[in-house]
Amino acid sequence: MNRRSTALAAGIIVACVTGSFLALSRIHAVYPASPMDDVLFISSPEFVKKASLGYSGLLADIYWIRVVQYFGRKHLRDSKEYKALAPLLDITTTLDPNLVIAYEWGSTFLDQPPPSGAGDDAAAVELIRKGIRNNPNDWHLYFTLGFIQYLGQHDYIGAAQTFEDGSKVPNAHPWLKVMAAKMLSDAGNPETARYMWQNIYNESTDKNLKENAALHLACLVVDQEVPQLESLVAQFRRRAGRNPVSWRELSALGLRSIPRDPTGLPYVLRTDGTVVVADAKKLPFIHAGNPG
Amino acid sequence: MLAIEILGLEKIYTVGFWQKRAKVGVRALNLEVRQGELFGFLGPNGAGKTTTLKLLMGLVFPTAGAARIMGKDWRDPAIRARIGFLPEQPYFYDHLTPTELLHYYGTLSGVSAAERRECIPKLLERVGLAEHGRTQLRKFSKGMLQRVGIAQAVVHDPEVVFLDEPMSGLDPIGRREVRDFIESLSEQGKTVFFSTHILSDAEALCDRVAVLNKGELRGVGVVAELRARNRTRVEVVWQGKSAIPAIESMGAKSHSAGDVVRATLEADQLQAALDVLKQRHAKLISVNPVGGSLEEYFLEKLNEPSAVPQ
Amino acid sequence: MTYRLRAIAFNTFREAVRDRILYNLVFFALLLVATAPLLGQISIGVQRVLLINLSLTAISIFGIVISIFVGISLVSKEIEKRTLYPVLCRPVGRGEFIVGKYFGLAGTLFVNTAAMSAGFYMALLLMTHNFTRADANILLAIYFLLLQFLVIIGLALLFSSFSSPLLSALFALSMFVAGTFAMDLRTFAAMSQGPEKWLARAMSYIVPNLASLNVITRVAHDQIIPPALVAYNTLYAVLYAAATLAGAVIIFSRRDLK
Repeated sequence: MNRRSTALAAGIIVACVTGSFLALSRIHAVYPASPMDDVLFISSPEFVKKASLGYSGLLADIYWIRVVQYFGRKHLRDSKEYKALAPLLDITTTLDPNLVIAYEWGSTFLDQPPPSGAGDDAAAVELIRKGIRNNPNDWHLYFTLGFIQYLGQHDYIGAAQTFEDGSKVPNAHPWLKVMAAKMLSDAGNPETARYMWQNIYNESTDKNLKENAALHLACLVVDQEVPQLESLVAQFRRRAGRNPVSWRELSALGLRSIPRDPTGLPYVLRTDGTVVVADAKKLPFIHAGNPG
Repeated sequence: MLAIEILGLEKIYTVGFWQKRAKVGVRALNLEVRQGELFGFLGPNGAGKTTTLKLLMGLVFPTAGAARIMGKDWRDPAIRARIGFLPEQPYFYDHLTPTELLHYYGTLSGVSAAERRECIPKLLERVGLAEHGRTQLRKFSKGMLQRVGIAQAVVHDPEVVFLDEPMSGLDPIGRREVRDFIESLSEQGKTVFFSTHILSDAEALCDRVAVLNKGELRGVGVVAELRARNRTRVEVVWQGKSAIPAIESMGAKSHSAGDVVRATLEADQLQAALDVLKQRHAKLISVNPVGGSLEEYFLEKLNEPSAVPQ
Repeated sequence: MTYRLRAIAFNTFREAVRDRILYNLVFFALLLVATAPLLGQISIGVQRVLLINLSLTAISIFGIVISIFVGISLVSKEIEKRTLYPVLCRPVGRGEFIVGKYFGLAGTLFVNTAAMSAGFYMALLLMTHNFTRADANILLAIYFLLLQFLVIIGLALLFSSFSSPLLSALFALSMFVAGTFAMDLRTFAAMSQGPEKWLARAMSYIVPNLASLNVITRVAHDQIIPPALVAYNTLYAVLYAAATLAGAVIIFSRRDLK
């Protein structure tokens, strides 16, 4: 084939390929794109395990990476739904029942209220119980379950039993026993929660876990400070017959400076007398002082 | 002691889906080869020559019969160190060099390391591969592989050498060299048994030949004797087409190329033919005796009806 | 006989090593191992587990692929290309030939696995900066993989002693897949009745039990491998491989070569 013919043929190829790509993009425009995020092609954990031909450990790791990526993507977009999360975690932990981190983090992802997580504490509890069945000697799992029962479900009796069971595991951390006792006596007390988070913060070697615990501690501080500030506002209202318009007005009641939340931003004093944080996104776990 | 005795060796294959049809590879072969002979095993393609060699090498198992090589049972492993074999269109390990290959085969045949170190370079020189001793075999041409094949057949200095189509794939120079090599083997006193379908090679080299067709032995003969047979005809070559009708009327067939004509006649017709040519003013070019070639014997044997009941 | 066996084994090893396919596989596998630490970045908390799983899975898969495809070419290809003729016309028994080939390929796989394992341990050292006792435990998993290869090579040689390269590859692959389900066959047999039960039970003994030779996930989680398992697995693999090899020798010794 001579040069001219080759050039001609090449030119035809380039033109046709370009043209077909353009035509295809027009076709794509006609059909709506279906969201693929929440689609699992193979949903049966048992099937996936059988198909892994004995290499289930690696496949579990791959699925775990997928869980983390899925969660991260949804989280960044402030999604309200995490439909595929529980099934993905089920597959991961069926492939490798000893992948403890999948139970620990997975249940956290499931338990946190949206948009931080799936807000599905029943699924979280089921996952952790599966973890305990497969790893009965890992005290961290008992701790995670107790944590969800205590803070998520407010099931103090259940949490107490879980902490008690966990404390019997060899090499269990001694404060599991402490938590068991506190559940029965002091569950409603914020001091209990603070004690727990402080221990998590002190014990964690993982940077992410430490940050998370610090954030919870900060939110607990807000939960404590907001009612205190609101009671000062109430005091002012009783004296002055109206709500204060600025923090300076409360200096007479002992307020030395503009109160700031643990992130360093000043608390916002609303006209209706409520106290809220300036940026709720930075303090996602607060119960008091939430702007909306 | 005979070098090779083939005693009724037979190979019948069963083919077809249910393995019911019989296909004859070699039928009841009986043959003897004396020590030091250069023996030619002739036959058209598919005659059973390679099958016979494979039977003797133990690559294929006979359905009947036996053989002896140097007086020993052909299956005796000890005999294998004393025979050499060149397969048809040989193929070797792609990633070895000829030196490595010869060392490998030499080891398998029981040649000591010292002997191998001494004889392999000389052997490569002898087959014209001294320069390519360290080139991987996958880069070799067909002709070069054939030379490697010959080298490996004799690396362990065997007493009997079996060659299957040794000239296959060679150019005229290569063929000449292989012929010389085979002759030298014979001069060393080795028995050489080689199969070929090229009659001129067998005619030039062999002491005796056997003719095989469709698995059956059709004839065995001494080459010198076969060539002396049937020397009753002559070929006359002349210039001058006008003489053709007269010559042909004597019963001869003629072929012309341009003005040159050749015709084959019985020897007793020669004088009459020469007279005719003189009358027609044709120019005589040559007169040569013909007939009694190996080719004639070969074709004759092929066309004879089978002696063995089918 | 031993010097001939050694010569055949060594030649097999040499031919395998010089065949560039092997280098490409090893290179590719080492590349996988090198990217493992990067993968740890895109997940949480599984770096070491992932590195072990990925590396040992790569060693296993590449070893199985080499065992099957090179194993088959050892006999089938030699028959097709007739490189076998100049060997068998020498004082080499057919059995010697098969056994020599077996040890040649086993040796090749041993070297291959050692190279990849060294690469893995280097990556592990880079990640963790020191070795612990748990890291030595991983050698047991690698040892079991070698036992797997011994079994698979035997099967590949057995199949290629009587069937074409393509069919041999299919049979060997099927046995590998079935072997990973060996434990499930046992379970299935326990749950079945009648002829199905006996068939499943027979199958669970015939197919190689590759499941018990795969402890990759267990060593990734630092679980102890009982010494009894090591002993029984070794015995099982050696006996199974020897049986397949004997079968290959018997079949090959009776075979007409084309």
